[in-house]
Amino acid sequence: MSEHTADVPSAYVRDKRTPPPTREELRARIPGWGADLDPADRPSHPKLDYAPDTTGAHWHFPERQPEKWPREHSIEHAFVTPVFGTAQPPRALSGVIRRFSYARYSEGRVGHWMLLILADRVDAVEHHLESFLTRRPDIPITETGIRSEVTHAGLRSRFGDGRTDWRHQLLDPVVVVGPWIAAAGLSYRQGRKLVRALRR
Amino acid sequence: MVYRGPYKIRVEDKDVPPIEHPNDAIVRVTLAAICGSDLHLYHGLMPDTRIGHTFGHEFIGVVEEVGSSVQNLAVGDRVMVPFNIFCGSCWFCARGLYSNCHNVNPNATAVGAIYGYSHTTGGYDGGQSQYVRVPFADVGPVKIPDWMHDEDAVLLTDASATGYFGAQLGEIAEGDTVVVLGAGPVGLIAAQSSWLMGAGRVIVIDHLDHRLEKARSMAHAETFNFAHYDDIVVEMKKQTDHLGADVVIEAVGAEADGSFLQHVTGTKLKLQGGSPIALNWAIDSVRKGGTVSVVGAYGPVPNAVKFGDALNKGLTLRMNQTPVKRQWPRMFEHVRNGYLTPRDMVTHRFPLEDIAEAYHVFSAKLDGCIKPLVLPSAA
Repeated sequence: MSEHTADVPSAYVRDKRTPPPTREELRARIPGWGADLDPADRPSHPKLDYAPDTTGAHWHFPERQPEKWPREHSIEHAFVTPVFGTAQPPRALSGVIRRFSYARYSEGRVGHWMLLILADRVDAVEHHLESFLTRRPDIPITETGIRSEVTHAGLRSRFGDGRTDWRHQLLDPVVVVGPWIAAAGLSYRQGRKLVRALRR
Repeated sequence: MVYRGPYKIRVEDKDVPPIEHPNDAIVRVTLAAICGSDLHLYHGLMPDTRIGHTFGHEFIGVVEEVGSSVQNLAVGDRVMVPFNIFCGSCWFCARGLYSNCHNVNPNATAVGAIYGYSHTTGGYDGGQSQYVRVPFADVGPVKIPDWMHDEDAVLLTDASATGYFGAQLGEIAEGDTVVVLGAGPVGLIAAQSSWLMGAGRVIVIDHLDHRLEKARSMAHAETFNFAHYDDIVVEMKKQTDHLGADVVIEAVGAEADGSFLQHVTGTKLKLQGGSPIALNWAIDSVRKGGTVSVVGAYGPVPNAVKFGDALNKGLTLRMNQTPVKRQWPRMFEHVRNGYLTPRDMVTHRFPLEDIAEAYHVFSAKLDGCIKPLVLPSAA
């Protein structure tokens, strides 16, 4: 390196100013250093590795799983895949929204995903309301696991660890409790209107 | 466990899942884990996450029942199950892209199927439970080697395999400087794996000191707490003599901290698909012509990513969900030799009955939590 470029950072000259540690240094310090040194001898090389006889499949196309209800599916698929999950079939208003989203929009449309998120929120409201008609109503205090703030050092964990997320964590209670307060307020208002109407 | 809406879960009794396809198995779960990506579901970030869904894609267990066409497993076998559900016979599986199987997820073509990860990934209930349906039992699960510790086995079903895969996606060459964003379970193994692939320097970035301490002790990495710097990207340029890192591995995903605005718009208001700040730091911190490996989890909703800088820097962007089973034979050797030490990351073990607390501890990062395991009561 010429004398007048000695202080110039590597990015501005031909070679790195500081060579990496030697193999011997690294092997002495790091267990297993270089065990996968050859890029061509790593498990996911090459990316596409045609080896259909090694997968364990003993079929060309899988037998089709029985479809117990019209299974919603992406319109980018040619058909319902031969195997699929059967958890939580679509139901109620949220189910109508989900079915419409799958039937109308491809995965490439933001509207598809926004409708599914809307359906998720409607689904939550439906289930919360239904839970109050059962012997096991939703209880946010237990379901949020907030007890662990006491049992797992809630206060101490948030200070002295360099963390920056405490600012947006302040919003978490709003996300969790906000809809409940809004629902309670709306119910009170509508209930009052109803009572007044009945008195007339 | 069942999901009851954003930030809310509880334990409920469900029927033991039935065999629904001749190549199904029913597995009794003996050990499960909560993955950082489960928090995206828990926070209501993943579209089509239905009330009543059982999460959990990291689990091991014992085969309880097998379908009529199952040949490779028998009742009583102890198995570890990759988080991907895959058929082994579609165009993609035939070429080793097990995480991109086309025969298992009717809800989307862009993503394969994953246990307990919403209907966007196929609508399968997951393994944070006592029993789980395992499709394609002849293709996915593997009997747990006698010598392997259960906690290593459960961590190999996703977090560790994903960290190792992330290092491979980086196409690390001997002597490279590798920056790993995130000192969570995936980042810790990505850092360990980077050394195996010949890195000359491994730097791990996070904002949680206890995780950075783990990165130093477990992965022999240099560490930087981004909260201590005005601009961590500038610091990375200084650290690399203004070149930038040869490889950056993004092991954070859609709920990255580091930008209050991005976090609130993405994860609280859902105006974008989570916070892309870690992706943008990766693009900014890597050198021109370098490689960004993305194994942090993102959903289908778009993000505000600095794609122009990736173009102008001539970057190679590599990413995928991990084809877990493809990693296992080599990873088993590395675990046996002590080169990869997954169970060193485990900080908490919760009974299934306390899973609401487990999620809150992990989500709020209380009590030095890095990796929580879940023990079903039937185990």
